[in-house]
Amino acid sequence: MKRLAAPLVFAFVLLASVAGAVQPDEVMKDPALEARARTLSEELRCLVCQNQSIDDSDAPLARDIRLLIRERIGEGESNAQVRAFLVSRYGDFILLKPPFELSTALLWLSGPLTLALGAFGVYLARRRASPPPPPLTPEEERRLAEIAGDGEPAAR
Amino acid sequence: MIVEAGHFALILAFALSLVQASAPLYGARRGDAALMGVGASAALGQFVLVALAFAALAWAHLASDFSVLNVAENSHSAAPAIYKFSGVWGNHEGSMLLWSLILSVFGAGVAVFGRSLPQKLRADALAVQGMIGAAFLAFILLTSNPFERLSPAPFEGQDLNPILQDPGLAIHPPLLYLGYVGFSIVFSFAAAALIEGRIDAAWARYVRPFALIAWSFLTLGIAVGSYWAYYTLGWGGFWFWDPVENASLMPWLAGTAFVHSAAVMEKRDALKVWTIFLAILAFSFSLLGTFLVRSGVLTSVHAFASDPRRGVFILLILGVFIAGPLALFAWRAPMLKQGGLFAPISREGALVLNNLLLTTVCAIVFFGTLYPLALEQLTGEKITVGAPFFNLTAGALLMAIAFVTPFGFSLAWKRGDLLGVAQRLTVAFAGGIVVLVALVAFAHRGPTLAPIAAALAVFLMLGTLSEVVSRAWRRGASIGVMLSRLAGLPLSFWGGALAHFGAGLALLGLASVGFGAETIAMMKAGATQSVGPYQITLDAISNRAGPNYRETFATMTIRKDGAFVATVEPARRAFAAREMSTTQAGIVTLDLGQVYVAIGDPNDDGAVAARLYWKPLVTLIWLGAMAMALGGALSLADRRLRFGAPAPARSSAAAAARGAG
Repeated sequence: MKRLAAPLVFAFVLLASVAGAVQPDEVMKDPALEARARTLSEELRCLVCQNQSIDDSDAPLARDIRLLIRERIGEGESNAQVRAFLVSRYGDFILLKPPFELSTALLWLSGPLTLALGAFGVYLARRRASPPPPPLTPEEERRLAEIAGDGEPAAR
Repeated sequence: MIVEAGHFALILAFALSLVQASAPLYGARRGDAALMGVGASAALGQFVLVALAFAALAWAHLASDFSVLNVAENSHSAAPAIYKFSGVWGNHEGSMLLWSLILSVFGAGVAVFGRSLPQKLRADALAVQGMIGAAFLAFILLTSNPFERLSPAPFEGQDLNPILQDPGLAIHPPLLYLGYVGFSIVFSFAAAALIEGRIDAAWARYVRPFALIAWSFLTLGIAVGSYWAYYTLGWGGFWFWDPVENASLMPWLAGTAFVHSAAVMEKRDALKVWTIFLAILAFSFSLLGTFLVRSGVLTSVHAFASDPRRGVFILLILGVFIAGPLALFAWRAPMLKQGGLFAPISREGALVLNNLLLTTVCAIVFFGTLYPLALEQLTGEKITVGAPFFNLTAGALLMAIAFVTPFGFSLAWKRGDLLGVAQRLTVAFAGGIVVLVALVAFAHRGPTLAPIAAALAVFLMLGTLSEVVSRAWRRGASIGVMLSRLAGLPLSFWGGALAHFGAGLALLGLASVGFGAETIAMMKAGATQSVGPYQITLDAISNRAGPNYRETFATMTIRKDGAFVATVEPARRAFAAREMSTTQAGIVTLDLGQVYVAIGDPNDDGAVAARLYWKPLVTLIWLGAMAMALGGALSLADRRLRFGAPAPARSSAAAAARGAG
């Protein structure tokens, strides 16, 4: 949250400066439900921070959403229902893992496409690099037999 | 006066870099040895001048000369000397100066140690290095002058951002830059080879030391940054797939691929075109990272537009230095002859696979980092690409790399025997399976991927060890003979082995995160909470003053089954100058794991929100990275491959290489 203030290059520490995202008073009594809430909040973005999940963020809005998640889980909603509700309210922006859609297809396929492209490149390079050697002409066959027939194994 | 002298030195350095960029290049075309020689002198001169400029800025910071804007904005008279000094690069202008300093260090390195290089190659490489230097020095002088004066001078500075007041700032950026910028030399050599239109196995030999230095420093720099984040953030996160981190990961991935493909090129004269391409790619990613961070484009597209001078300038540098060599590449690459044929199942084949996978990870990180920016710009749609995406996509591929690495390391050059290698890896494979079964059976908590990652890590480490053993092992040979065989293995082999083993260690540390424990609770003095196998008691909460801050700290005792283990002192630090506070986690290393405690501000009842963690084997993440960097250094020390190694070393080294098979 405080990271906006820090101008350092490439440092990693520009995230939070305050200990504690999930506060003791937020924790649900049922450990199973709490675990679900934690899993969910790790997948959701803190909307006012840069690239932080609400699980890691100390921003007030992140806390509000954490509480909202726990409230909904407590009311018996499934993870998918809670997620769908938050997306309807804040859009796909809140998901740290964007859904696979037409507009994100290139993102999701970047790995497979690169791999395929690379593999194709390797195939082309190999085909170009190693044309099969032409078969020996009868003259060469005769020379080979002559040399092999000398009895001396090639000394190297 | 000293500050103005620094500014003047920087201007002179810029002028000299223009000479360095042109004279040797022209000389190489004309075959004029004197003009080519200018390159080395100019590179040395540029280094001295930039170092003077840097020293002048450092002096201003250490002397707390608040009439300099940069000092007034980023320093405080009460700050400890180390933070006054590291504050030099804890800001935009100073960090760009450090960037240029390190750039000139590498240029000077080629000038001093490159005497045995072919004259034309050296001249061209120095010229390209001079062009990069000129571009960045112009950037500093025109848009980011660190020597700007302030009138009237304030009595006190605004202090360095408290988060940056940490030894991490003293170590992390210089290490990272040595890696980041170090790839510029590899890039310059690639451009020089393309200008000349000639490239052979010797080229890989020339750039190898520079590539290894850059790679080792980059590895260390990333590791230090990650550990810094880990102990600063207060909850023990160490990698966030943040764009700023990704910016350093991309050159690392491309650089790792380069180090491997350059090995193929050096040994087998193959993959030449691809190696050159990677050399361009690695530094292009360094430039891209600089652009991402320096232009402000990450904060928002609008921040970029609001101060367009810097952003546009770096974008221009980026465009010229990526497009130029790529165009040169497209023109020259078809003329480069491919050599060294090999079967698909061979060391070369495995390294091609390694390169394919690393490049794919790199592409995923690239797309994941830039996609949200591009999408918003093109369609206005806002999406987020965060850790869950990268863990799924890049994580899976990195694990695949961990699996194939021992095979590649054990395969023979040219034509390998996959079945034989698989047999040699039986023990390693069995070890991995045992770990997998044990973790699945006994540790019911933790994410599904953790046991698989741990098993792969063990496989990678054991696989590396078994290759070391098989190099020494001969049926019927005595222990002494085997030991001497081990001692006879080339250092570059040991370097590779250590780096691969380190990668396994780091992966094991990463996997162990899944088996940690966490307790979040309000604690008052006297209260005890347990986390993992430990009980932690809060003894007291007190206050004390530091040089430029006040802190509230908790004294805590860690016990295991009632027996004393250690004490920790987590704290909250308040910095008056910027009205900010930071978290100082209390960390104690037990075996290879750590107990990690962070507290919040005390409430009215005198209770604090405490976050207690037990992180088993977590130190392996950074120990593994250190082993990797050390592996790079070891490989560098191999005397056969040292710069300008004397000729007589060759025959004995060749014998050793034959013996190593």
